[in-house]
Formats: sequence, structure tokens, C-alpha cells
Amino acid sequence: MELITPGLGLIFWMTLAFLFLLFILGKFAWAPILLMLKERETSIHEALNSANQAREEMKQLKFSNEQLLQDAKNERDALLNDARKVRDRIIEEARIKAGEEASRIVEGAKASINNEKMAAMTELKNQIAESSLTLAKFILKRELSDPKKQEEYVQELLKEFKLN
Amino acid sequence: MYASGQDHTMLVQAHDSVFAQSEKNEGKAEGKFNAGEMIMEHVVDNHEWHVAEIGSLHLTIPLPIILLYDGKLYTFCSSRFHNETHSYDGFKLESEGPHKGKIVRVEENGSAVYDFSITKIVFAILLSSFLLILIFVSVARAYTRNRNKAPSGLQSMLEPLIIFIRDDIAKSSIGEKKYEKFMPFLLTIFFFIFFNNLFGLIPFFPGGANVTGNIAVTLVMAVFTFIITTINGNKHYWVDIINTPGVPWWLKFPVPLMPVVEIIGIITKPFVLMIRLFANITAGHIIVLGFISLIFIFGEMNAAIGYGVSVFSVAFMIFMNLLELLVAFIQAYVFTLLSALYFGLATIEPEHH
Repeated sequence: MELITPGLGLIFWMTLAFLFLLFILGKFAWAPILLMLKERETSIHEALNSANQAREEMKQLKFSNEQLLQDAKNERDALLNDARKVRDRIIEEARIKAGEEASRIVEGAKASINNEKMAAMTELKNQIAESSLTLAKFILKRELSDPKKQEEYVQELLKEFKLN
Repeated sequence: MYASGQDHTMLVQAHDSVFAQSEKNEGKAEGKFNAGEMIMEHVVDNHEWHVAEIGSLHLTIPLPIILLYDGKLYTFCSSRFHNETHSYDGFKLESEGPHKGKIVRVEENGSAVYDFSITKIVFAILLSSFLLILIFVSVARAYTRNRNKAPSGLQSMLEPLIIFIRDDIAKSSIGEKKYEKFMPFLLTIFFFIFFNNLFGLIPFFPGGANVTGNIAVTLVMAVFTFIITTINGNKHYWVDIINTPGVPWWLKFPVPLMPVVEIIGIITKPFVLMIRLFANITAGHIIVLGFISLIFIFGEMNAAIGYGVSVFSVAFMIFMNLLELLVAFIQAYVFTLLSALYFGLATIEPEHH
């Protein structure tokens, strides 16, 4: 059998065997293998894609959460600020009002004290005048001759007369 | 090729001739070790599979002989030729001369003997085909079983090769759109060549048959590539062959030089595929066998020189075998890649400028 002359029988068998191999492997090996490889690649691709998407979404979600939290904090601060202001204003107002009231009461008291004082003074003056007149009447009624007795009398009267 | 006394596994035969000085010379005097003959015997096809020779015991696997002669089919076992005349049923296995190893009619009457025997290489092809089917069908099962899961076992060993052929050979040469149609052929041819190349490197049965280094085998594969290229050739492909673009008109018009060159090119492409694989694998086998022969050539001069040379020979043989491992892959890759490129050329769509 020569090296470089292809033998007829060998060509025949090789063709037959190769066609058979091509058919069997093509149908029962390559077709499922290539299909499964493709399927797996697609599924891996999809899984990676969806993971990426989920990551992106998580990022978005986290961002919006932070935003929300920040907003809430800001709002709380604003509310607190407002409340503080309101409180301060109310306190201030109350203080002013109280001060006014107090001074008004004091004024009133002062005025009434003054009035009372004036009334008392007037009454005192009147009583003094009345008493003086009564004294004088008594003196005049008693003996005015004797100076000594006069004196005694005055003294007696004075004793009797008490500044009430 | 077959002669009961001189059909040998090289090592044992050489030992006989070196140390025992040919005790078993029957009919033909055999003195000298013939390196060329021994190498050729191992590289070409054979009607039986010689497994080993222990002393004078030949371990051979007889293979069926199927002959078509004069419109009649003759089938018998190759061991029938084991007799003095090497003939049976009017057929003779030539043991010498230019047709050594061929089966001829004893009394020739002009009509040829068509030999469809299951020879050593046919047997190796059937064996490797069977193994390939076994392996890849089981891998395909693994794929269906591990649907969308990571590959395991044999599957994970072969998957990189399959993906390599798909992505780096088919997709890049043929294109995303059309590669799928050619995948079964490309995968089959790659694994057939790769597998048989590796099997050819195993020095004993069931390896050792020079399948991919046989021109008939490479011829058939190249013809397959040629047929697939031709029947898939689109309009653009044929127009480019008849009217090659970018070539001056005077190379085409009065004398159709370029069309002729292009048409020859259609044939030379698969022809080169055939020669390349055949020559690479056969050359590798011949070199390894040559190193073995060196031991016995020197051994015939002097046993001590033979032993001395064997050290270097074995070292070179190991080196060559490692190189052949690389060549086994590269040649399978090159055959597949070039086939894919030819398919790509045949199916490419014209570019729109």
C-alpha cells in the first residue's frame, strides 16, 4: 500500500464513517451542546443584567431614602425653629402684658391710697376744728375770771381731749 | 507486506536481528535491518493489525477482507493469507515489489480487484468514531442534565474546545449570522482530526494507526470541505471568481487568465488542506520511527554503540512526541480554521460602499 495514492476502499469507508459520525454527532451531540451553551450564556447574561439593574435600583432607592430623611430632618428643624419663635413671642407678650397689668394695679393702689389719705386728712382737720371749737365753747362757758382755775380747766380739758 | 516470518513489530524484530541473528529466516534470507521498509510498514495501511511479537509468536488482529472482483463480492478473514504462497481463493497478497501490501488476482484476466477491506486504518476510524460518539453523546447528556449549571467532569474539559471552535474559529471566520449552519461539520472535523492525531501517537493498540497521516482520509475530509464550500457559495462568491474585482481588465478579457487562476484556486484550497494534514502527521511519525531505526542501525554495527545511541534516540523521540502533541492540536486547528475561512469566503455578503 503506497503512501501517496489514496486507496479506494479507504476512501469509501472513510466517507461512510465520516458521514455517519457527522450525522450522529450533529443530531445527538452538537445540537444539544450548542443549544445548552447558548441557553446558559443567555441566562448568565440576563442574570448579570438583572443584577446590575437591581444594584442600580438599590442605589436609586438609597438615594431617595436619604433624600427623604434629609427632608424630614429639615422639616423637623423648621418646625422646631418656628415653635421656638412662637414660644419666645408668647413669653415676651405675656411678660409685657404682666408688666403693664402690674403697673396698672400699682397706679390704682397709689391713687386709692392718696384718696384715702386725703379723706382722712380732711376728716382730721374737721375734727380738730370741731374739737377746738368745743374746747373753746367749754372754756368760754366756765369761769374765765380766775386765771388759775382757767388754766386748770384747760389742763383738764386737754386731758379729756384725746386725739382720736 | 505480510510474510509470516518477517512481519514484525519493529522492536522485537530488531532485537531478533541484532541479538539472535535471525533465527527465524523462512524462505527469504533476512540479514540487515531495513529502516525504510520498517518505517513505511508503520506509516501506511495494513490488512491486519499487528499488536505485538513475543519471540516467534505474532500477536495480530486479523481484519476482514472484502473484495469486489468481476462483479462478485468476496469476503474472508485476512488470516487466510497466512500460508506459503500468501494467497487464498484465487487472490494473492503481494509481499514484495511495487504493489507490496495490495491484493491482486493470481491469474489475472484484466479486470481489477476493488479492495473494500476493513483495513487497519478503517478499523481505527470506526473505533475512534465510536469513541467520539460515546464521549460527545455523554457530554451532550451532561449538558441536558446540568441545564444552565456550571460544567462538570468531561464536559468541563471539552467545553473550552467547543467554545474555542465556536467563538474563535466559526464566529470570527464565518460571521455571527451564518456560523451556526457550519458548526456541526467544524466540530466534527476538529475532534475527529484531533482525536485521531492523538491516537496515532499512542505506540500500541488501539492507537498507533496513522489515520490522519493517510492521504485517503485527508482526501475525504478535504472533499467534504470542498463540497460544503461549493454548495454554500453565494452569488457574490461566484461573481468574484468569474470577474475578480481589483484586477486589470486585460487579465480577464481576451484571455481569461484570472478566472482560470481562481477556478484552479477552488481546487487547490482543499488540495492543500489534504496535503498539509497528511504530510505533517506522516512526517512526525516518520521522524519518530527514524530515531528508533537509528538504534538498530547502530546496534547492527555493535551492540554497545546501539545502546549508546539509544539514549539520544529516546531523548529525541520524547522531544518529538511532545512536539507531535502540539502538532496534533495545531493541525486539527488549522484544518478547521481554514475550512471555516473557506466557508466564510463562500458565504460573505458583498460590502456596500
